[in-house]
Amino acid sequence: MSIRKLLFFNIVRRPLRTFALLFICIVMSAAVFGGAVISASLQNGINSLEQRLGADIIVLPESASEKVKLENILLQGTPGYFYMDKNIENTLAGVDGVDKLSAQYFLVSANAECCTVQVQIIGFDDETDFSVKPWLSEAYSGSLGRNEIVVGSGLSTRVGHTLKLYGVECKAVGKLESTGTGLDTAVYASADTVRDLIKAAESKGISVLSKQSPDDVISSVYIKVKDGYDIDEVAANINLGIDGVQAVRTKSMLTGTADKLSVISGSVTVLIIAVWVLSAVIMLIVFTALVNERKREFAVLRAVGFSRRKLGTQVMSETLVICLIGAVIGIAIASAVVFPFSRLIETQSGLPFLSPGILTSLGYAALAFGAVILTGPLASVYSAYRLSRVDTAKILREGD
Amino acid sequence: MLITAQNITKSYQRKGKTKAPVQVLSNTDLSIESGKVYVILGRSGSGKSTLLNILSGLLTSSTGTVRYDDTDIYSLTDGELSQLRCKRVGYIPQGQSAVGTLTVRENVLLPTAIVGNANGFSRADHLLEQFGLTPLRDARPDELSGGELRRLSIARALINSPDVIFADEPTNDLDEENSRIVFEQLRNAAQSGAAVVIVTHELFAQEFADVVYRMQQGSLIREKGQ
Ligand SMILES: Nc1ncnc2c1ncn2[C@@H]1O[C@H](COP(=O)(O)OP(=O)(O)OP(=O)(O)O)[C@@H](O)[C@H]1O
Ligand SMILES: [Mg+2]
Repeated sequence: MSIRKLLFFNIVRRPLRTFALLFICIVMSAAVFGGAVISASLQNGINSLEQRLGADIIVLPESASEKVKLENILLQGTPGYFYMDKNIENTLAGVDGVDKLSAQYFLVSANAECCTVQVQIIGFDDETDFSVKPWLSEAYSGSLGRNEIVVGSGLSTRVGHTLKLYGVECKAVGKLESTGTGLDTAVYASADTVRDLIKAAESKGISVLSKQSPDDVISSVYIKVKDGYDIDEVAANINLGIDGVQAVRTKSMLTGTADKLSVISGSVTVLIIAVWVLSAVIMLIVFTALVNERKREFAVLRAVGFSRRKLGTQVMSETLVICLIGAVIGIAIASAVVFPFSRLIETQSGLPFLSPGILTSLGYAALAFGAVILTGPLASVYSAYRLSRVDTAKILREGD
Repeated sequence: MLITAQNITKSYQRKGKTKAPVQVLSNTDLSIESGKVYVILGRSGSGKSTLLNILSGLLTSSTGTVRYDDTDIYSLTDGELSQLRCKRVGYIPQGQSAVGTLTVRENVLLPTAIVGNANGFSRADHLLEQFGLTPLRDARPDELSGGELRRLSIARALINSPDVIFADEPTNDLDEENSRIVFEQLRNAAQSGAAVVIVTHELFAQEFADVVYRMQQGSLIREKGQ
């Protein structure tokens, strides 16, 4: 017989009590950890999106907003198929306040035979680009050659491997970092490659939604405004001065999402705190209710020679052990739900969702762990105090 | 081994409206020597359990001193006193006192959890045999009868071979035959050197006693022995 064994028997041979406490600990740690990760993932998603855009203004054909919600172009990579005259690029270059600009061309087909997810092929200008290349996780040397592509992080294609697009073998020479949006399933290619792909598609009889070639049209122009210029003013000037286009501030494209996000993230925080407080209160009630039930047991321990300190330690150790186990299980359950289903959450919520890195996740796990193994023992301090001060003489005098 | 209690008084604060303190023990003296059996008789409510609790250090007297050899137990810290109780005192409480999560054998072994006892297991098995509990060694207390629980708490009190045994009505739930067996066991413990203090209503317990006291009006009156 040892004190450790006594502790073990107390935990194992009171399965209902142990399970109830374990359950509270599991709920608490899962809520804190899962909630923190979800909240951080959403925040990561929008941050990465804002950074990745790199552009202050996006210019699109006026008709674009009728076909697709602008926000979705960014968030879900909803294939956009809208075009405007290529000359607009030159006109835009002349607008006062425009620092850099780069055009993109969206090629959309009804189905892509390469991937399970529909890929959006985006033609971009390797030379002028300032919004795609900063996100290359591995840089390629020189410029993007014929039938060479850069793939989004969501595609399984690795650098050096090829991807078959409309029957054309395209070699992946670069891969982008994860953005947590639909852009992760896009493929970037040079105008030459896009032209080849359109030809290949036509010859195979695959319908391509664009009839015009990237020689004549473009889908969007990304603009970086010169320092010292007011972005809204530049956008307004473009809208007023150039027919058939709309200039949209990238920030404003994201505000709707950002607002939604801060609401969600706020609710998640409130929820975490609510679960936390509730669990703490329930624990306190459970522990306090258990005091009366356990008085006799502790009076016996006292009579056979347990000091008050040992009695208190016994109560606290029991709580601590259960909390430790509960916290580990809770974090494991939350991980098993949040991480594997992050894609699903992204598509279901329509929000960018970028899981935090291992280190950050470990940080949140530590937070949840700490929350549980602090709250539990704290909630049992009072009962530990009461049980360590049982009036042995009085209790053992009475029969039961 | 000599326990000396001197000038012990104990009053309880009643919880009722009057809150008048009730004096249960008044200026009681008692000394206990190794190898002897002491029997304390007395009416219900006369303060017998109170006295045993004070002697074992579970209760603090209002006045007076309790010494174990030269040690004044009121000068000890809670940790030291608990240690002393574990190693030197076997306490058989009046009420039910088995721990529900432990088997009969584990209950008997309970005091060894604190100080450790190399022969704990063999001694436990020996005691279980002695008290006829061997067939019940793996049973839980809630499966035991009152008499079996009583024997269990006696076996537990003996596990660490204490210097002194306080038994508060140890034969409460037993028939005469079993009561005699228990008194016999306690007598044996005294023979192997322990001091044994028994509170009981059984008059025939006197046969086993070296010294008999009667508790009356808060004091001990000697009826047999010296
Ligand atoms: N904690 C307490 N608070 C108030 N009064 C108490 C307390 N403990 C005991 N008493 C009172 O002290 C008196 C003596 O109690 P005690 O238990 O010592 O008697 P006893 O001789 O052991 O009786 P019994 O033979 O019934 O066990 C009783 O009148 C009891 O009501
Ligand atoms: Mg009594």
